[in-house]
Amino acid sequence: MPCVSPDGKPTTTGMTTLKALKDAALAPEEVASKTGQPLFRVRSGLRELKNAGFVEEKAGKYLLSEAGKTLLK
Amino acid sequence: MLVGEKPMSNEVKDEEIGLPILGKEAPDFEAVTTQGTLRLSDYKGTWLVLFSHPADFTPVCTTEFIAFSKIYNDLRKRNVELLGLSVDSVTSHIAWIRNVEEKTGVKIPFPIIADLNKDVAKKYGMIHPEQSKTETVRCVFVIDPESKIRAMLYYPLTTGRNMSEILRLIDALQTTDKHKVATPANWKPGEPVVVPPPATAEQAEERLKEGYTCKDWYLCTKKLPEGQ
Repeated sequence: MPCVSPDGKPTTTGMTTLKALKDAALAPEEVASKTGQPLFRVRSGLRELKNAGFVEEKAGKYLLSEAGKTLLK
Repeated sequence: MLVGEKPMSNEVKDEEIGLPILGKEAPDFEAVTTQGTLRLSDYKGTWLVLFSHPADFTPVCTTEFIAFSKIYNDLRKRNVELLGLSVDSVTSHIAWIRNVEEKTGVKIPFPIIADLNKDVAKKYGMIHPEQSKTETVRCVFVIDPESKIRAMLYYPLTTGRNMSEILRLIDALQTTDKHKVATPANWKPGEPVVVPPPATAEQAEERLKEGYTCKDWYLCTKKLPEGQ
């Protein structure tokens, strides 16, 4: 499922992914394991969330951006 | 086509048709699907069955999608994902799978590529002009976790695919990878596998003493351990 709606807000799946990143930076495999989503969907979803500015990528791990953190407050 | 007549813009010309090669890297793509934009690389580390169908809202394709959905859990237990494709829009795909669920109760759980510009279809040789110049034929590509093409099936528009054969094919490929063996005709999991033929006369002599079941030195089978 896409993680970001056409209006730029995260979908339910997107929010699940963002919540998985709340406490630590994770690799896509770790997000898949934590959320139960298939790995291909996690990779695609993280790409969308990154393009929308909700997450950042560092050395293969994903973490919440300031916008992502604000959203989860 | 008549002499001097130009092909319709949505037709695929022979020179545009690619053909994947067994053992080679699967052609890369990024495509719009019913589950967002997906790339082939999103499937790295899992097996992928990429399959095409001629068109949404057609009878044989509908029976196939129901059948693919019914084996989806069996595929996932084998670390295999499913990805459908046709030259239809996402809107058409969504309308069709909603209709399938409404009429049959079967939810289509896997993504479907909307390959309107035929980018993926051309790379994978999915359009066979003698069958249809505009629709994809019934292809199946088994792609391994390293993104290598491991098997290909091409069926004509008239003939629905056999899900048992697709599962059997994946079981055979995964067994081959795990045990370095081959599988005989009509093999099913649990049945004896074929020991690769010997490369030297010495190996041919030795294998007759190794406890395999041999019809002759070049045709030997063995049982795999229980549950393998």
